[in-house]
Amino acid sequence: MKPYLSIENLTQRFPDGKGGELTVFENATFGVEKGEFVVILGHSGCGKSTIMNILAGLAEPTSGAVVMDGQEVKGPSLDRGVVFQNYSLLPWLSTLKNVTFGVAARHPEWTKAEVIAHSTKYLAMVGLEGDVIHRKPSQLSGGMRQRVSIARAFANHPKLLLLDEPFGALDALTRGTIQDELLKIWGGTEQTVFMITHDIDEAILLADRILLMTNGPFARVAESVEITIPRPRSRTEIIEHPNYYAIRNHLVQFLGKRSKELSGQPMDSGATNRPAPIRIDKTEPTPDPEDLRPGLRAVVNS
Amino acid sequence: MTGLSLNKRAAILSFILLIAGLLIWEAAIPAQKAVGELTEYEILTGAGVPKAGVPPPSEVLVKAWEQLSNPFYDAGPNDKGIGIQIGYSIYRVLTGYALAAFVAIPLGFLIGMSPVAYKALNPFIQVLRPISPLAWMPLALFIIQDSEASAIFVIFICSIWPMLINTAFGVAGVRADWVNVARTHELNPLKTAFTVILPAAAPTIVTGMRISIGIAWLVIVAAEMLVGGTGIGYYVWNEWNNLDLTSVIFSILMIGVVGMLLDALFGLLQRRVAYVE
Ligand SMILES: Nc1ncnc2c1ncn2[C@@H]1O[C@H](COP(=O)(O)OP(=O)(O)OP(=O)(O)O)[C@@H](O)[C@H]1O
Ligand SMILES: [Mg+2]
Repeated sequence: MKPYLSIENLTQRFPDGKGGELTVFENATFGVEKGEFVVILGHSGCGKSTIMNILAGLAEPTSGAVVMDGQEVKGPSLDRGVVFQNYSLLPWLSTLKNVTFGVAARHPEWTKAEVIAHSTKYLAMVGLEGDVIHRKPSQLSGGMRQRVSIARAFANHPKLLLLDEPFGALDALTRGTIQDELLKIWGGTEQTVFMITHDIDEAILLADRILLMTNGPFARVAESVEITIPRPRSRTEIIEHPNYYAIRNHLVQFLGKRSKELSGQPMDSGATNRPAPIRIDKTEPTPDPEDLRPGLRAVVNS
Repeated sequence: MTGLSLNKRAAILSFILLIAGLLIWEAAIPAQKAVGELTEYEILTGAGVPKAGVPPPSEVLVKAWEQLSNPFYDAGPNDKGIGIQIGYSIYRVLTGYALAAFVAIPLGFLIGMSPVAYKALNPFIQVLRPISPLAWMPLALFIIQDSEASAIFVIFICSIWPMLINTAFGVAGVRADWVNVARTHELNPLKTAFTVILPAAAPTIVTGMRISIGIAWLVIVAAEMLVGGTGIGYYVWNEWNNLDLTSVIFSILMIGVVGMLLDALFGLLQRRVAYVE
């Protein structure tokens, strides 16, 4: 049984500018289940945005395929909403029009008033109300622009939401509010979320599963860490959970040390690169028999 | 500092420069002696006949007042008001210009979007562009057999290049991110062209249009001197043949004023389509 979103033997090479080739990643293979919230963590330049562009259908991989819901991804679609790393707002349109642009594309049958009402609602959800929504993106702060871009993607209820460091430019307070909004929107639907971030705590708060990438070139999605903290999670309460620091330490260890150690080796050609599933759970002294899949568990006792 | 704003101070300075310039011009023209003061020798050598000298600004102003108070009179083929003459010129410029825009902007889009079209058309553009528009005139007159249409053709051919090149350049330079936004929203190519690429490239396109209208206005004067009949260029030439230098100077000023207005119009449009990234 294939997962809902299946990434199969994805390889991406770019010309390196010196006549040679730069292999960003090779034969990357992993899956995302329907309704799952997956976060990918990795150092700058390892190829996260490249993977996301391929998932969005905006870029073609050198080889390999992405299959969503049994259909191969060929080109972009309204079912896959993207929040771009650089916001990608249209600078000649007002904030509101940047959102109505997307909503009108999604719902061509709606009246203008309906489109505006829907867009205004989502802008308010990310804290943009009143006069601000009639300003041009150039007249907004970096964080406000990012929120417009988030509102544009959320308003369209895509089946798969692709978020490339969506909260990078936000202050801690706004970030928290929008994280909560994201969880609310995601929780109420069948939406699948694939998100890139550099923030470990954000990843633990939001994710069902964290994919860890080694440094490039020849980056690998090396591990898939299950977040064994029950939902609903709150920022203040999760740190009390016995699994929190165990998971956090594991992630810090990986990003700080092992991402470097594991990087740079080309794989045997043709070998499929699957992440090792990691489950860290200190609350279960006797593991649930259902979860006891030999070879799929690595219990970290630190 | 003075309490006046920068604009006010600049306006005062402009006004002073204008007055000073006019006064120097007026003073530099030697006054013509009245007939009674002429010596016998001067009368015999014909020096007393009013000479076609450069007129002083006061005369030009009187002429301007006279012309502008009745700009649209029509007293036969060689005696029409300045308004009518300028009207003819503007009509030719706008017709040729509109035709050029009609061809250049879609073609520029194509060249900007398609590297193949760019490579295929580039050699033609490079050869045709540096040709002086007036060099086409004899060929145009021969083929079209109509001086009016030939003048319009010359305007067409001179205004097409800046618009074509700027449109292609603007369209090719549209940021991939913005096109990606259109793609993730599944806009069809036509919708993408109108809602993303056109507004994104508009500042560059309008700059090309502004350069084109400037060139067209430069060229129409020369073209009308060649084809004759009507128009401000013909008017200048005709007044020169009449040795009416006052009218020549006045019409030169009018050419400048109309050119400035055309440019200002496109400046306005340019401000409308500008955006800050
Ligand atoms: N179009 C391209 N041509 C050549 N190389 C590219 C291209 N796009 C990306 N790369 C290279 O691929 C690698 C991965 O880039 P990518 O943008 O995916 O990194 P990232 O993981 O998103 O980094 P960050 O966290 O800084 O956003 C980088 O080394 C980059 O130089
Ligand atoms: Mg990136």
